[in-house]
Amino acid sequence: MKRWTLWLPLGLFAFFLGLAAYQLTQPKDEFVHSTMIGKPLPRFDLKPASADLPGAKTADFTDGKPRLLNIWASWCLPCIAEAPHLASLREQGVEIVGIAIRDRPEDVARFLAAHGNPYTRIGADDLSELQLAIGSSGVPETFVIDGEGTIRHQHIGDVRAENVPELIEKLQEAAQ
Amino acid sequence: MKPFVIALMAFLAVPLAAQDSMPPAPYAYRQLDDPRQEAAAQALMETLRCLKCQSQSIADSDAPMAGDMRHQVRMRIAAGEEPEAIRAWLVERYGDYVSYVPRVSTATWPLFAVPLLILILAALILRRRIGARGGE
Repeated sequence: MKRWTLWLPLGLFAFFLGLAAYQLTQPKDEFVHSTMIGKPLPRFDLKPASADLPGAKTADFTDGKPRLLNIWASWCLPCIAEAPHLASLREQGVEIVGIAIRDRPEDVARFLAAHGNPYTRIGADDLSELQLAIGSSGVPETFVIDGEGTIRHQHIGDVRAENVPELIEKLQEAAQ
Repeated sequence: MKPFVIALMAFLAVPLAAQDSMPPAPYAYRQLDDPRQEAAAQALMETLRCLKCQSQSIADSDAPMAGDMRHQVRMRIAAGEEPEAIRAWLVERYGDYVSYVPRVSTATWPLFAVPLLILILAALILRRRIGARGGE
């Protein structure tokens, strides 16, 4: 047997050690991404989450116009942070359908009165059913839905100022 | 003022504050009446990942979302759906990560194949060595 083959196991061991050490220093993506991108919206028909706005259903998304579907809740603090940016999207003509997760009508109304209302509709998802069906793992999350009701993009976490042009671009892509 | 607001937000942003005040889903903490169905639901829930608290199963977690997932698992089992069909439904939405049961796929097959290959290689080397010694 040749000399160098004696060192092979040690070399392999060092390689795996280095690989593990390298991976440990790499930032980990903590988000669970939806695998529903490119698939049609699941069928749903949710009752209104507040007295002033209609509820939401799958048919609202199939009239040819791309929209945002925003999963949020009045009890969710990052949702307060994203409220002004949703408002700026609304000002730019983007239609946003809200899905309120495990929420009460009076809390929803209080949130909208305090932080503004960027929504045209808000469906009440009391048992997180649509949230599970769409592959969302938390609040807030924002999905881009094209005019045929196909899910085109998922934004995890609160929408920040820098995400506004990003989402508008995704909506334009979805319109083509 | 601004540092104060940021400090306040940091304090408020503890996980407990990010909970809703709604009562848990009907079957989040209630067992199914049929013990066989409940056992099937329990076995499945122990192998599904809680998406909020990713190191726990939905059977272990008190996160409201895990409660809603347990509710959905129990309702589907009660409606006669197979546990593996429910798992497949969730994997279709969240990927393999949602399930704790290892699955052989295009990405994971080396995990299963490499140990087997190493065992075969070790056996071959051992046979050659022992064979060589026996021949002396």
